[in-house]
Amino acid sequence: MSAVVAPPEPRGTRADVRSRRLTERVFRARESGIVAVLVLFVAVTAAIQPRFLDSSNIQFVLVNTTVFALLALGETMVVVSRNVDLSVGSVLGLSAYVSASLFGSVHGISVMVVFLVGIAIGLVCGAANGLMVAAGRVPSLVVTLATLYVIRGIDILHVGGGEVVASTLPSSFTNIPLYTVLGIPYIAIAVAVVVGVGAYYMRSFRSGRELYAIGSNPEAARLAGIRVGRRVFTAFAVSGAIAGLAGVLWAAQYQTIDSSAGTGYELQVIAAVVVGGVAIFGGSGSAVGAALGALLLNTINSALNVLGISSLWVEAIAGFLLLLAISLDRVISVRLATALRSLRARGGA
Amino acid sequence: MPTEPVLVLRHAAKSFGAVQAVADASIELYRGETHALVGENGAGKSTVVKMLAGVHQPDSGELIVNGTAVRLSGPADAQAAGIAVIYQEPLLFPDLTVAENIYMGRQPLRRGRRIDAAAMKDRVNELFGRLGVRLDPDRICRGLSIADQQLVEIAKALSLDATIIVMDEPTAALSAVETARLFEVVATLRAAGAAVLFISHRLEEVFEICQRVTVMRDGRQVLSQPLAGLTAHDLVRAMVGRDIAERVATGRPAAGEPVLTVEHLTREGVFIDISLQVRAGEIVALAGLVGSGRSEVARAIFGIDRYHAGRVTVNGRSLRAASPSAAMAAGIGFVPEDRRQQGLVMEMSVQQNVALASLRRLRRAGIVTGGLERRFSADWVARLQIKYGRLTDPVASLSGGNQQKVVLARWLARKPALLIIDEPTRGIDIATKSQVHGLLSDLAGSGVAILMISSELPEVLRLGDRILVMREGRLVAEFARADATEESVVAAATGQLAGAR
Repeated sequence: MSAVVAPPEPRGTRADVRSRRLTERVFRARESGIVAVLVLFVAVTAAIQPRFLDSSNIQFVLVNTTVFALLALGETMVVVSRNVDLSVGSVLGLSAYVSASLFGSVHGISVMVVFLVGIAIGLVCGAANGLMVAAGRVPSLVVTLATLYVIRGIDILHVGGGEVVASTLPSSFTNIPLYTVLGIPYIAIAVAVVVGVGAYYMRSFRSGRELYAIGSNPEAARLAGIRVGRRVFTAFAVSGAIAGLAGVLWAAQYQTIDSSAGTGYELQVIAAVVVGGVAIFGGSGSAVGAALGALLLNTINSALNVLGISSLWVEAIAGFLLLLAISLDRVISVRLATALRSLRARGGA
Repeated sequence: MPTEPVLVLRHAAKSFGAVQAVADASIELYRGETHALVGENGAGKSTVVKMLAGVHQPDSGELIVNGTAVRLSGPADAQAAGIAVIYQEPLLFPDLTVAENIYMGRQPLRRGRRIDAAAMKDRVNELFGRLGVRLDPDRICRGLSIADQQLVEIAKALSLDATIIVMDEPTAALSAVETARLFEVVATLRAAGAAVLFISHRLEEVFEICQRVTVMRDGRQVLSQPLAGLTAHDLVRAMVGRDIAERVATGRPAAGEPVLTVEHLTREGVFIDISLQVRAGEIVALAGLVGSGRSEVARAIFGIDRYHAGRVTVNGRSLRAASPSAAMAAGIGFVPEDRRQQGLVMEMSVQQNVALASLRRLRRAGIVTGGLERRFSADWVARLQIKYGRLTDPVASLSGGNQQKVVLARWLARKPALLIIDEPTRGIDIATKSQVHGLLSDLAGSGVAILMISSELPEVLRLGDRILVMREGRLVAEFARADATEESVVAAATGQLAGAR
């Protein structure tokens, strides 16, 4: 590049400020963009069908989103490190069945213990994924595609033709999604806090930043002395544990659990993560964005429902929105690259 | 000059398989000096750099840092020993900020082991202040120029308190202004007491900023002394050193009609205004340093890469840009530099690889059978004396030299009018090498036009009827076979122009 370099100037000059503002603006835009689309969608839908803003509907959407927002948090940690976890749907299914069936088999078991069992199941599955990816050097796409089927297979063998039915579940468990404060479900708030903590960890702790570094340039990460294997293993283990937790929540919400619970969720979660601005090849994006992506996709589903649009259309529209999000992301990153380059050329030094 | 060197590499040797990359390398670095390491392509400079970076471990010899013998078993060890390596193209995290790139894994912390972003930014600003450069710590690294990326790496070296800074051809991709700024930074580092090992092909830069020089040739140190009193000519002679290689008796008929005509070919930032001609029965050798743009010109002619301006004509017909299939249809064969990555399909069999570029001719009713491939390839395999087990063995099972012959066979089978061959004998043994040389010579004798890129001077001088030299993306010299000497070619390639056209 034959940049015209200006003579040294004092720090904090125009070019500096401009570049900072530009990058800040774009990074904020990723999340605020989703919020804007969300607001627009809600407004349009509510204008056509005011019933959409009924508190029962809002609660329904929020509760539905909790499972996906949690999964999106785990998936974000994995995707940011330039990996992917396709097994989350199967992990959720296994955890949902095994944990909920405990109420029938162990009399008077506490809800807390059931949650811990679900998380433990997820942790084991996630650790197995992580081990194969990090130590076995097998691409995560292949490993988790395999465990998607293996875990679902274990689930099916274990469940057989049976199912857990609502009558075997204690009310202390089935009521979890029903508690609200100011009309907002408790679990939505709890999940929002968990996602927020996860995002903060990824932003402000060395090990969190190292996930971004690994995804941004694995070779450079290795040269910088980052323990790549350990970090990637941890990301998968956490993603698994979170999927286990989401499984228990799923059981509390749906209350009838057979071996098909969570089938296909992995792709919906990845869609949410991508819509939420996490780069699919790693290095950038936040869990908050991913959770907002999950909220957006759930809101769209619900809106199409409320508007009486045939459910046949729902998937096609969701897919179209995904394409839109990806194109937007691409446009933004190309624009950003050009802007940063020209800034260099003009601002110099 | 202080008496105690901060780094001593003594009689280091390193082999990769049968290839001895470094036979006997020795360097002494002192505080506050900029020390040049020069040598031809393949002289072993890069291997020495990688030894100092902890990427390779010497097979024998010793490395002493600050008076203590050390063994660097990885990049982290080199870092701990105070050695920082700035590569020609730094490895950064494009999605992360400048500050994070510098402090990744070592970020300053505040209460609760959280990253202290403000402190990190202050420290980075302080580092840039010491270097006398201005870069925004909060900016992400994507889109930074190579020069700025190097500055990020230098700031990182500084933050690690590195006392030994190795720069591997840092100026190769820099503009004149950026180079000048880098040299100021190097002077700053030197004044602060660091020892800088500066690797460059540009001798004028060596004289500009270095105090001492070490010359390597064929993996050995051949000269190490203060630069004062030396001339560029002395360095070139030390770099080349060996006896002038014997020439192949030509005995070939004079070259015929132009087959390939390239006019003003330009690919921005890669090569500029390249005009050349290759005639039937002629071998034109394209010499120059690695990175001077030779391979890129070849790739553009064959249509693998696009070019921004200029024209390529084959046998009087203008060739469509950026279309390898058009180039093949026009009768061009292309043997790329890296046969494993670009030349061969390693998992496919010998016969499939030979037949790969001739499938259109081989098919019967649109179907290519193994039998057809076998009959077709057996002929060529025999003519080139390729050693193999069975024709159906994967080509990966062959030796490097025989693999190269398979690539050659593939293109010869198409009876090309023009063969472009990039590094025809890299990494193959001497016996096969001379076979390949004989083959190319025979080919030219049968009227094929050959454009050969080679980093090996003896090869260039032996085979080239004409020798073109590229430097920094431009053609800088042309020699007739009779006028070319190793010294004149090296001089042209490194910018010490003696016999320019």
